[in-house]
Amino acid sequence: MTVSFATDPLTLAVIEAGLQQVCNEMDLAFSRSAFSPVIAEADDRSDGIYDRHTGSLIAQGELGLPVFVGVMQASTGEIIRLIREGRVAAPEPGDVYIVNDPYLGGTHLMDVRFAMPFFHEGGLFCWLQNTGHWPDTGGMTPGGFSAHATESEQEGLRLPPVKLFKKGILDQEILSIILSNIRVADQRIGDIKAQAAALKMGERRLTELLARYGRDVVESVIGEMRERASSLMRAKLATVPDGRYESEASIDSDGVVNEPLRIALTMTKANGVLSFDFSRSSAPCRGPMNSVFATTLSSVYLAVRHVFPDVPLNAGAFEPLRVLRPEGTFLDARYPRPVSGCAAEVSQRIAEAVFLALVQAVPDLVTAAPAGTSGNFALGGFDPGKGTSYVMYQISGGGYGGNAQHDGLTNGCSTIGISKTTPVEVLEQYYPVLFRRFALREGSGGAGAHRGGFGVHYEVELLRGEARASFVMDHGRFGPPGVLGGKDGAPNIVRVHRNGVVYTPEHLSKDQDIQIAAGDRVEVLTPGGGGYGDPVSRPQSLVERDNLRGYYTQIDSRALWPMASVIENTNLPPYETKTKRP
Amino acid sequence: MSRRVAGIDVGGTFTDLLLFEEDESGSRVRFAKVPTTTENQAEGVLQAIHAAGVTAAGLDLVIHGTTVTTNALLERKLARVGLVTTAGFRDTLEIGRRTRPRPYGLFGVFEPLVPRDLRLEVPERMNAAGEVVTPLDEAAVEAAVRHLLESGCEALVIHFLHSYANPAHERRAGEIAARLWPNSYVTLGHALLSEYREYERGTTASVNAAVQPVLDRYLDRLVQGLRRDGFTHELLVMNGNGGTIAAPLAAREAAKTVMSGPASGVIAAAVTLTQSGVGDAVTYDMGGTSTDVALISGGLPEVSAELTIDYGLPIHVPMVDVRTIGAGGGSIAWLDAAGMLRVGPNSAGSTPGPICYGRGGTLPTITDANLVLGRLDAAKLMTAANPVSVETIRAIFEAILARPLGLSVDQAAAAVVALANIHMVGAIRMVSLSRGRDPRDLTLFAFGGAGPLHAVALAAELGIPEVLIPARPGLTNALGCLVADLRQDFVNTVNVALDVVEMAAVHRVLADQVKRGVAINAAQQGEIQFTEIRHSADMQFRGQTHLIRVAIPDAAIGRDTLQSLFEEAYFARFQIRMPEIRATLVNLNTSVTGRRKPFPISSLLELSANTGDAMTARTGSRPVFADGRWADTPIFRREALSVGAAVTGPAVIEQPDATTFVEPGARMRVDAFGNLRIMTLAGLNQ
Repeated sequence: MTVSFATDPLTLAVIEAGLQQVCNEMDLAFSRSAFSPVIAEADDRSDGIYDRHTGSLIAQGELGLPVFVGVMQASTGEIIRLIREGRVAAPEPGDVYIVNDPYLGGTHLMDVRFAMPFFHEGGLFCWLQNTGHWPDTGGMTPGGFSAHATESEQEGLRLPPVKLFKKGILDQEILSIILSNIRVADQRIGDIKAQAAALKMGERRLTELLARYGRDVVESVIGEMRERASSLMRAKLATVPDGRYESEASIDSDGVVNEPLRIALTMTKANGVLSFDFSRSSAPCRGPMNSVFATTLSSVYLAVRHVFPDVPLNAGAFEPLRVLRPEGTFLDARYPRPVSGCAAEVSQRIAEAVFLALVQAVPDLVTAAPAGTSGNFALGGFDPGKGTSYVMYQISGGGYGGNAQHDGLTNGCSTIGISKTTPVEVLEQYYPVLFRRFALREGSGGAGAHRGGFGVHYEVELLRGEARASFVMDHGRFGPPGVLGGKDGAPNIVRVHRNGVVYTPEHLSKDQDIQIAAGDRVEVLTPGGGGYGDPVSRPQSLVERDNLRGYYTQIDSRALWPMASVIENTNLPPYETKTKRP
Repeated sequence: MSRRVAGIDVGGTFTDLLLFEEDESGSRVRFAKVPTTTENQAEGVLQAIHAAGVTAAGLDLVIHGTTVTTNALLERKLARVGLVTTAGFRDTLEIGRRTRPRPYGLFGVFEPLVPRDLRLEVPERMNAAGEVVTPLDEAAVEAAVRHLLESGCEALVIHFLHSYANPAHERRAGEIAARLWPNSYVTLGHALLSEYREYERGTTASVNAAVQPVLDRYLDRLVQGLRRDGFTHELLVMNGNGGTIAAPLAAREAAKTVMSGPASGVIAAAVTLTQSGVGDAVTYDMGGTSTDVALISGGLPEVSAELTIDYGLPIHVPMVDVRTIGAGGGSIAWLDAAGMLRVGPNSAGSTPGPICYGRGGTLPTITDANLVLGRLDAAKLMTAANPVSVETIRAIFEAILARPLGLSVDQAAAAVVALANIHMVGAIRMVSLSRGRDPRDLTLFAFGGAGPLHAVALAAELGIPEVLIPARPGLTNALGCLVADLRQDFVNTVNVALDVVEMAAVHRVLADQVKRGVAINAAQQGEIQFTEIRHSADMQFRGQTHLIRVAIPDAAIGRDTLQSLFEEAYFARFQIRMPEIRATLVNLNTSVTGRRKPFPISSLLELSANTGDAMTARTGSRPVFADGRWADTPIFRREALSVGAAVTGPAVIEQPDATTFVEPGARMRVDAFGNLRIMTLAGLNQ
């Protein structure tokens, strides 16, 4: 293959690496100095460089949260449009716009974006933007994940693009409006400073890069990077045979109306382009499980990137992907539909639909369905021991899908995130709780030639005072699907043990403000991954190994792997946990 | 009265020995390099001693760096380990903290070090305050231990929740186990580090248990071998914290020897830099498959307790903070489907290795590119078993890279080196920035076989003014063994807001840490000239998760001083002040260092009181490609360069263990200690 280069190949590769480095250093600066643990520890943030005309993605940090793949180009595009229409003030050097409006290319209100126009030699060269998940932006529920919200205003403070910094000076009036409308406001000034400082760092590094290589060269490299990412993605997609592939994924409920929401995907491969049509999906819903189009779009990008991880991240990589705008469905939510669930849950179901379509086309490159829920559990209350109120957040992983190479991973991270769970020892330090168990969820991995990974099973007891428990999870109605003959993973289960009586949420995986008192327990079992391939073809040795390890009960083993002879497990541990298995 | 001390480092390919002899007539250094004996590293060690022309009987002290535990872990050739743990938490080691191996892609597997059938629960529970919630069921402990013994476990871990707050249950269970267990391989979770986070502490303990028998057997074989050869003195073992410990004590905390190799290199760097009058540096050790980078501040290597050796395998004991970059001489250059030039992450490793090794490699690597460009000596190719000609290598570059890129072979090879450098520059920047250091304030200390070849170009790109290449770049790890002090590190979690913490308790923790360190070092009292104590605190603003390390100058420190030290450290790192937010004291750390007699690094080269004229060391010249053109470039023999010798690049400086390339325009001189000091253009313009 012979390729002609507008720029010499070395300069091209070096500037590409240089732009990437600018973004990586912004990511690093942001999370190293952020206060929000969601940003600092969970890396729920992203930084990137965007085109001055269209807002399209030039480069994005490698340490950013996967769900933000591509999504920030939409919000940059909206800011540019509003400036052009004269509805937002024109950019000047030193300005930083703040925006969290989901309907302007966003996700949910908690993802707060800072956008900085980058000037070079007197003219606008590009935009720098970052997103950070703030722990609170006001609204009816601390943290913003209300399972019962029916309109945007209940979800929190919505900011259109406004200049929080004007010519480098923080606008104290806008700041005071924001701080007066959110919880734990005193720590947010730390995040605001960190978020702006990360952009300043990007500005310095990008200025150095331009000084070294010159504006014209960098400009032409950016164009070439885009073409090359596009042709690389086309080359990857060449492995997908032409045709139509249909798949479905389903969300338990919207949290308000107890009916499943359907994501129906028709994926078509033709002329080197992969298109995604979600138009047969459910209508907009009352509760917060709507997705704004930008999030729907980025969920598709995210899923494709999980399958083809080595295509460089810029707008070119998305060019061979067409996502038809699913108007009139819950995947194209308009104001004032509530959307808090779109980033954490709906995005993962959209990605699941994409996996289930792609696995039909390229079965060696895609896994069976992963658990695909962030497992958000929030416990808010007053600790009479410490005399303070608190909100404890716990996220959970689940099993990944089996695949052509091996069994699914146990307790994998949500597909849209990279954040770790907080250790039990840390939670018990800060909150009046005691975990009775935090264990692998036996039997949860879907059977298959390669079985799904396992979810987790935890039980946490409130020690003092009273508290309210809320859940935003999914896959409670149906487990993550198995593929090519593999069985589904076990569905999500939530149980609240109150005064000896078991309460199960009506919506299974979503509920809000369940009152509990000292001695009550919350029990969560997260989904296992789907199985891959016919269980009958699973090697006997692996069935025996799993049996020895107690991953499945013998009864389960016999039922799941009928061809394998399951030996009696005489190697049981001398002491079993006292709590009964579900 | 004569004295001989040997530092011996076992690396992946070679076992290196540095011997320091002192007697009435003065001091000398001897070297030996023999192939590593992979099956039993002890053989190579004994061979190295013979190769140096001495006998074990004539040695007064042997200090040993080993990769036995590292290899055992990476290859999972480990002891069968059983776990006894808190009811409800049997799976902590398997479920981890909700991760996946890479940010993108859902493939990948993880097997915990202790399989599920060997993890047993017993009723017991402490709360976060260290109060008993459920008393320890001693009968259950005994039954579990017996069951694990019957299941063929060789080592045992006892890991209970919140044992960092109160280790009473772990200690009691440990006593019960000790009565039943046939050997001493019983690891208590809190013993290695008393820090919260059950997965990390438990994994650290299970790493310890899994490598303990392996290290113990190895050291036993080695000591027996040494004794057989008449060695009557002590063997010291290099720990990952850059300090040494007496061999009989090393296996007890075997996890601390993981990273012993990289740590010794950094210790050698710290000592070399300090003696040469340089305080702050970034060390750069480029090998065949990976590159290790570490920071040195004020002459001391940075130490961290947050290392992850492999996916899902955190080892949280204080170790020299070495970050590994997945690029080395063997990294393969290729074109992606869109025709873009890429270097790595795939590596030819040592088998088949780069094309020029003549072991069947057919893909272009960074090392091959250096050869094409004349930076490495093509004449040396002929020493390979099945020599490959430069023409063959050029033909491969032509077919795979140059023709599709529309470049000449020379340009393509130069692009491979330049692109590899850019990626390493990015990685070095991230390592130093993540610790709050601007590379421009540092010196680049380059070692390892390939480090000196790339260092000058990297430094220029990083804006680093000066590169320092030690006298024996390929023997740096062995030097680290020779110069390392006896050092013990301790971490205790406090996690209390600074304004309410009981300062008397802080002082007690620090005093206790000192006491423990001094007691361990006491086994080697004869080697210690004086003891140095360093305290530090890991702190954060309340609500934050990242920690800032603050040096505590005085163990009797007061609250206000600690607060202001923290605020200054925070400002220095982030340029942000937070008067509105309270500080939290998270960990208290102490390192107890028994300083050994210093080793004069200037003795590594015979520095004749020569003229300082570089030309006497010139052995010839060859064409080298740099800055886009071929230029006839002088070649110098490192050993013949005397103090004060100076050369302006381009120049190639060769020695048996490494090749240094002085980029065009950079200025090299030999300092009084035999180091090459190379000013980059960034330095010359300052």
